[in-house]
Parts: sequence; structure tokens; C-alpha cells
Amino acid sequence: MAFTLPALTFEYQALEPYVDTTTMQIHHTKHHQTYITNVNNALEKFPELASLGIVDLNKAVGTDKIPKELATVVRNNGGGHWNHSFFWKVLTAPTNSNGPSAELKAAIDASFGSMDDLKTKFNAAATTRFGSGWAWLGMKPDGTLGITSTPNQDNPLMPVADDHLVPILGLDVWEHAYYLKYQNRRPEYIAAFWNVVNWEQVNANFTAAVGGAVPSL
Amino acid sequence: MMALNFAARRLLCNGESSNFALRGITTFKLPELSYDFGALEPFISGKIMELHVTKHHAAYVNNLNNALLQHAEAEKMGDIAKMIALQGAIKFNGGGHVNHDIFWTNLISPKDFRPPSGELLQKIETQWKSLENFKVAFSAASAGVQGSGWGWLGYNKNMDSLEVVTLPNQDPLSTMGLVPLLGVDVWEHAYYLDYKNVRPDYLKAIWNVVNWKNVEERLTAAKK
Repeated sequence: MAFTLPALTFEYQALEPYVDTTTMQIHHTKHHQTYITNVNNALEKFPELASLGIVDLNKAVGTDKIPKELATVVRNNGGGHWNHSFFWKVLTAPTNSNGPSAELKAAIDASFGSMDDLKTKFNAAATTRFGSGWAWLGMKPDGTLGITSTPNQDNPLMPVADDHLVPILGLDVWEHAYYLKYQNRRPEYIAAFWNVVNWEQVNANFTAAVGGAVPSL
Repeated sequence: MMALNFAARRLLCNGESSNFALRGITTFKLPELSYDFGALEPFISGKIMELHVTKHHAAYVNNLNNALLQHAEAEKMGDIAKMIALQGAIKFNGGGHVNHDIFWTNLISPKDFRPPSGELLQKIETQWKSLENFKVAFSAASAGVQGSGWGWLGYNKNMDSLEVVTLPNQDPLSTMGLVPLLGVDVWEHAYYLDYKNVRPDYLKAIWNVVNWKNVEERLTAAKK
């Protein structure tokens, strides 16, 4: 069963002025779609891999579950598909003034000190990721929260990642995610991102992680 | 004094003989291009060129100088851990400076475009059967770079041959033991404003602005 492009829960212009309409359109219909097309093509002759589902496919990156000749294309495009599917869900219109749940806020305070400390650390991870990649807030195996960044389309679900976290919040810092509006000014994009975080979804992701599950897409 | 971080400014301002020259540190500089930002239109816009030079390349230069200043300080203190911690910044930003320095010379206004000739053309035709085949191979390799990186035509001195290779991020071609002849930046900032996600279109267009004379000169210099 082939992977398909998930619909957004908001209109392309809904994240203005923080993420521009054109970027959302191209990011969704071109970049994300290309990852899906590529991973479907790669797995056409490997239905047993496709039937793993996108989460377990990502969890298999770097293991011998994936044949050598597919390793790179699955890492890049299977990773790209999960990352972007996850990303669209943690975004919402800036008018949706929700925030972290009491439980999530307690976990944030315990792990980082405060919400501001979380943002400082997350922003630093997003800013200092050299080249293409993602910044993540996630739950460590010991139940505390941690921040990491990954290169290209890697994510913390993958065995190849430096830090293994269950993702709760992520931010795409590939240039295509911000260049049309922010050009080289990545820190400005990162600061703007906090205005469009879908905390309702992030809370749900946290709850799933607490229960030992990967957030569903 | 532009864009120096707090530590660097403090070093330069506190009474000691602590400026770059006296420390024997070379400061790297943003080069002057031999053409206007708009000269490569319509293949690469003036808007991209101006951002690419004055923001992206400039940041590599500033960050490199900063990192080297900190490295020199760490070295003076015998702080090996600090020196090692700075390696990444030196590689990223040093590579970024080297790569872009080469890139600007590899480009020329389409009005002044001349196709390759001489030994360079001979080698290309020997190895790829034709210039067209070479361009297809180079573009395909460069299009296939995952994330950020560069496509390169490099010279292998040992084999006296040319190679098309790609490298991630700002890793310089020197890390592969090849002499850079022609580099094409495929970081999204190099083309996104003009070509959006369609990197292959950028890689088709750029052949109109390649300064083959510069590439030939680099081959000649490499063979000395």
C-alpha cells in the first residue's frame, strides 16, 4: 500500500505572517510529495517493507531490515515523509491561542527550568544545525525531555540518530522551509515559528510518549 | 571590527597588543566579484547573487575569522579541548569561504560566455565522450545531492584525470584529494528564489554562465 500526501488541517495562508502561503504550498505539494513519490518508487518491489508503515520504516533505518541498495533512498525519503507528516500536525494558525498542558509544562520545567529555557535551547539547536536538517523536542528513554537536531531528513526515531527521542515537536530548518520569506535569516524564522505551534497536538504527542508510544500521524 | 563576537571585541579592545596582525593571524576577506550582481541574469538573479555574496559568503568569512581567533587564543592557553571543539566551525566556515571564493570565479556573464577548449575540452571528451554527456553527468550528480552540498569537477593529479564528485555541506574538495576546477553550489540558497524546488532547472541554466576560461586556467595551474 503506497504512502500518500496527508491533507493539512489548515489553509496554506493560515500561518501568515509567520510562514508565508507560497512556502506552505511548495513545501507541501512539491517537497513533501517528492519524498512520498520517491519512497513509494523505491519500495514498489518490496511490499513487505512498505507494509511496515512509515514509523517502523523509520525505526528500521540503519538496520539490516532494509536492503543495502535501498538504505539511502529510504533514509532520505522515508525520513522526509515522516518528518513532514509530523511537522504539518504541530503547526496551526496563530489565532489558535492554545498552550502546553499542565503536564507538559511540568515536564518542560523539570527538564529545562522553564518554557523560556526550552525555547532558548530549541532555538540554539535549530540555529546551529549546519546545512539541512531538523530541530526536535522529544522524550528520552528515561522519561525526561530533551532537545536534539538531526541532519538532512534524519529524525530521532532512526537508529542512526545521535539522540534517540520520541519526537513531540519538530522544526524544519532546510532552507526551503523559510528562504522565500526570511532568506538567510534563519533565526528570525525560528523565532516566528513559536507563533504557529499547535500546542494541542504537541500535548497529544507528549501524552502518547508518556504512554510509551510514538505520536500517531 | 564588524560582526565580531563579544570575546573577540574584548580581545581587540583591551590594551594588550592583541590585534589580528600582531598575533600573526590572517584575516580572511570577502572577495570582490569581477561582475555586477545582476550580470548572470536571467540564469541567476541579481537578488540571489547579492544575498549569496553579502549574506551567506560574508557570514562564512566572519565566522571563520572568529573561529580562528578563538582557536589562536585556545592554542596560546594550551586548551586542546577548546581547539578540538572549534574544528567543526573552522571546517564549516573555512570550507564555505573556500568553496564560494572558487564559485564566483567559475561564473561569467552570459554575454561573455565561451565554450571550453584546449586540454580541458580534450580531457572532457576523452572521459565523457562529449561535452553534453559531461554536463548531463555533472548535473545528475549535483541534482542527487541530499540536503546541502556542492557538485564538483576536480582534477586528480596522480591519475592526470578529471572526476565529477559531490560533497555535503561545505566540505571542500581538498578533503577528497582533488584540485577544484568547477564547483556548483546546490544549497537551496543558491537557487531557491529563482527555481524553487526545481533544482534540475537551475542545473540546466547554470551552464550558460560557466566561465570555462577560468576552469581551464585552474587545470593548467593544477598541472604545474
